[in-house]
Amino acid sequence: MADALKEKDKVSGAPEQSTPPVVVNSDREPIVVVDDLHIVYRVYGGSEGKGNAVTAFRRVLRRENRPSMKEVHAIRGMSFVAYQGDAIGVIGNNGSGKSTLLQAIAGLLPPDRGGVYTTGQPSLLGVNAALMNDLTGERNIVLGCLAMGMSPDEVKEKYDEIVKFAGLKEGFIQLPMRAYSSGMGSRLRFAIAASKSHDVLLIDEALATGDAKFRRKSAAKIDELREEAGAVFLVAHQLDSIREMCNRVLWIDEGKMMMDGDPDTVVDAYIEATSK
Amino acid sequence: MSHPERLGASGGGQTNAIAERPQLNGHPSLAEFATGHGLKKSAARPPLGSYIRQLWQRRHFIWTFATAKSVSMYTESRLGQLWQVLTPLLNAAVYYLIFGLLLGRSGDVHKYIPYLVIGVFFFYFTQRSITSGAKAVQGNMSLIRALHFPRATLPFSYTIVELQQLFAAMSVLFVIMLAFGEYPTWHWLLIIPVLVLLLMFNIGVSLVVARIGAFVPDLSQLLPFILRTWLYFSGIMFSMYTLAGKLPTWATRLLDANPGSVYVELARRSLMGSYRKDLAAMTTKYGERCSRPVEQGLVGKALRKATTTHTGYCRQHEALVSMNQTVWYYAIGWAVVAFVLGFWYFYRAEERYGRG
Repeated sequence: MADALKEKDKVSGAPEQSTPPVVVNSDREPIVVVDDLHIVYRVYGGSEGKGNAVTAFRRVLRRENRPSMKEVHAIRGMSFVAYQGDAIGVIGNNGSGKSTLLQAIAGLLPPDRGGVYTTGQPSLLGVNAALMNDLTGERNIVLGCLAMGMSPDEVKEKYDEIVKFAGLKEGFIQLPMRAYSSGMGSRLRFAIAASKSHDVLLIDEALATGDAKFRRKSAAKIDELREEAGAVFLVAHQLDSIREMCNRVLWIDEGKMMMDGDPDTVVDAYIEATSK
Repeated sequence: MSHPERLGASGGGQTNAIAERPQLNGHPSLAEFATGHGLKKSAARPPLGSYIRQLWQRRHFIWTFATAKSVSMYTESRLGQLWQVLTPLLNAAVYYLIFGLLLGRSGDVHKYIPYLVIGVFFFYFTQRSITSGAKAVQGNMSLIRALHFPRATLPFSYTIVELQQLFAAMSVLFVIMLAFGEYPTWHWLLIIPVLVLLLMFNIGVSLVVARIGAFVPDLSQLLPFILRTWLYFSGIMFSMYTLAGKLPTWATRLLDANPGSVYVELARRSLMGSYRKDLAAMTTKYGERCSRPVEQGLVGKALRKATTTHTGYCRQHEALVSMNQTVWYYAIGWAVVAFVLGFWYFYRAEERYGRG
C-alpha cells in the first residue's frame, strides 16, 4: 500500500477547493462517519545518499531525523457518511490512498487529524492479510478465526463451512500457505473473514485474483452481508464489478475526495478523466 | 444492482466548486452528528476493563499462535525441533568450558553442571523473551494493520513461545538431573510457583520492550549488550556469594534484588537437593569464620590482609542470610510490579501501534 505516495512537504499548500461538500441524509442510519480525516504514517528504509557511519553520526549530532524515515501524508482531509445497507465502491489510481482509507476506517491506522466514527468493529480484508505463510491452510483458518474473537468451539463449527466456501483443491488445505497461488490465498482469506458476521466489512482488492465462479460466490456473500444491515466497502480496479456490486462509488485521488455518487456517474467520470 | 435514493455528497461532479460548510441538519459538526447516532471512534483505545476482557477472549489465540510459531520456527533447519533443546545445551557447554574448566569458578558448589545448566536455561528464557518481545510489535506490522485484536496478545504470545522452548529444554534438564544423582523430591513442586512468577515477570518486561521497540527500532541493536552485561551480574556461571565477599554491603543489596538471579536461585533451590546442602554448609562455614576473631599479634601488611579476609567472610555470611530471607519477596514483588506496570505501559499506546 505504500506505493507511490507523496512526501509530506509536497502536500502543504495544496488546494482544497476540489472537495465536494458533505450532505447528511437524516432518514437513514449512519454506520460510518469520516470527518475531515488526515492520515500520516511513517515508513522506514529507502534512504538516499551515503549511508555510512560518519554521516549517521553527523546527523545524530545535528538532531536531524533519519533520512530513511519518510512521512507519508496519505489522506488529506476527507469527509463522508456511509449508511446501513450501503455497498460502497472506492476507485482511484494506484497510490491515491484507497487502501489507507480502508485501514483508517478499520481503526488500524490512527488518524493524524479528524476522525472516523463507526458502529461495531469494522473488519478489513486485504490482499496481504494476516495469514502466516509458513503454516498450513488448516492452521490459518483456526488462527484467523481465533484472532477475530471466536471461541475454539465456534471455530470447529465453522471450519467445514470455511473450507467448503474457499473451495480449494483436494489436499491443499494441509499445505503451507506459501505453496498457494495468489487466487487460492485470497479465497481462503475471504472465506475466513466471511465466516463471521460483520457490521462493516472492508474488502481491499481481495477478490481481484479470484476466478469467475468465486467472484459470483463472493458477490452473493456481499449481498447477504448488506442485507444484515451492515455496510460493505470495496476497493477494486475492475470497474465492472464495482458497477455490479455497489450502490455508491467514491472516487479519490491524491488522498482527497474527487467525487461521491451513484456508480454509473462516478465510474463514467473516472474513465473520462483517466483516458485523457 | 438497485440504486436507492441519492445520498451523500450532492455536489458530485463539481470538482471545482468551492467547499461550503457541510449541511448537517442542525448538527454543528460531523463528529457530533456521528456521536449523536451512537457511533464510536474507530481508532480509540478501549477502556482498560474491556481491553482485559478482549485479551482474555484471545487466550486461545495466544496459545495457538505461540504453538504455531514454535512449530514453524525451525522448519527450515535439518534438525528441526531438536534445536529447541540443542541451543540452550550448547550455550551451557560453552559456559562450562570457560567458567567451569578454564576459570574453575565452581567454588563451593559441588554439582557444578546441573547448577550451570539450570542457570543458563532459566536465564535464557528471560533473555529470549525480552529479545523477541522487542520485535513483537515491530515485526508484525502487517498483521497489526490487517486485523483488529488487542495488541498485547503479541508480546504475550512471544513469551509463551519461549515458555514452550523452556519446557522442551526442561526435559533435557530432567535427564541431566538424574544423571547427576538429583532425584525428584517434594521440593520440585516449588518449581511451579517459580515458573508462574518468572512468566509474569518476563511478560511484563516483554510488554515494556515491545512498546519501546515499536517506536524506537534501535532497541534491538542495543539489547544484546544490555542482556549480556545482566547475565554476568546474575550469578549464572558462578556463585553470587563469592562476589559478595568483595563488595560493599549496598552492592550486595542490589545483587539480592536482581531479578535475573532471584528466579534462577529459586529454581536451583527447588530442583537441587545438593545445592540446598551447599548453601547450608556455606552459611555455617562463613558464619563460623566470621565469628572467629582476627588472629592476634599480626602487624602491618599481614594484619590488613587478615582483616580484609575476615570482613569478606562476614559479608559472604551476611549475603547468604539476607538472600535467604528476601528471595521469595523479591520474586513475588518483581513479578507483580513488572506485570502490572508493563501491561499498563503497553496499553497506554494501544491505538498508536498501527502507525509504526
